[in-house]
Amino acid sequence: MLNHPQLDLVFQALADPTRRDMVERLGRGPQSVSELAAPLDMSLPAVLQHLQVLEASGLVSSEKTGRVRMCRIEPKVMETAESWFTKRRAVWERRFDRLGELLAEETESERRTTRRKR
Amino acid sequence: MSQRNSQHDTFTIERRYRVAPARVFDAFADPAKKDRWFGCVEGWVVAEHTLDFRVGGREVWRGGPPGGTQHRNDTVYHDIVPNERIVWSYTMRLGDRPISVSLTTMELHPDGSGTRMRFVEQGVYLDDYDGAADRVRGTNDLLDSLDRALRAER
Repeated sequence: MLNHPQLDLVFQALADPTRRDMVERLGRGPQSVSELAAPLDMSLPAVLQHLQVLEASGLVSSEKTGRVRMCRIEPKVMETAESWFTKRRAVWERRFDRLGELLAEETESERRTTRRKR
Repeated sequence: MSQRNSQHDTFTIERRYRVAPARVFDAFADPAKKDRWFGCVEGWVVAEHTLDFRVGGREVWRGGPPGGTQHRNDTVYHDIVPNERIVWSYTMRLGDRPISVSLTTMELHPDGSGTRMRFVEQGVYLDDYDGAADRVRGTNDLLDSLDRALRAER
């Protein structure tokens, strides 16, 4: 269950709001690529790129039936992502995002203070 | 939920920050700064945060949603090398139940004008705190919980 390289890919995949939105909609049932793309304000190649990232993570699989490519969620990978370990890691990821924001704010306010002193 | 089990896990997070290691270190060592990134949980009330940042020193963080279950972290610092490394361990409790015990190593490496941070957490997770039994298995629930976990620290 704890295949870390795959978990890393899952995290990368879910780090993007567009991909989270795609996964959320696929959670309600399989959709074709064009259905997935319809509400998104981006080109089809861009959507396909997002889909590639999702497929690489294992969260989503797709299959061509006739002229339509259908996408669906892979429940097993979703369950792995749901584990407590994953959430614990997510908590630290959030913390380090915040730390990054704080460090950037500090640098910015110092820059302003230095400029004012001149 | 009464079933006893313990699961072990290790995860590594690497980050790069555009400031010198001393600045990153400071954000861990200075209680006022740490308050700003560590425990800011949206809607939660922080009941207590004390940090005695020295080898053998302790840190307590306690808080939770208003009227909800209290979360409590008890930390001990084992190794502190200024601007380079911090090793600590902590117990996390939900109410009075310990749900995990972790050993954490944080290393700071100069990287150009910035810092590369390497964070490794080795832990034992107790009694399936997440409650697989009463977890509704659905992708939307997953996203909700993942989202909560991600948002929880905002």
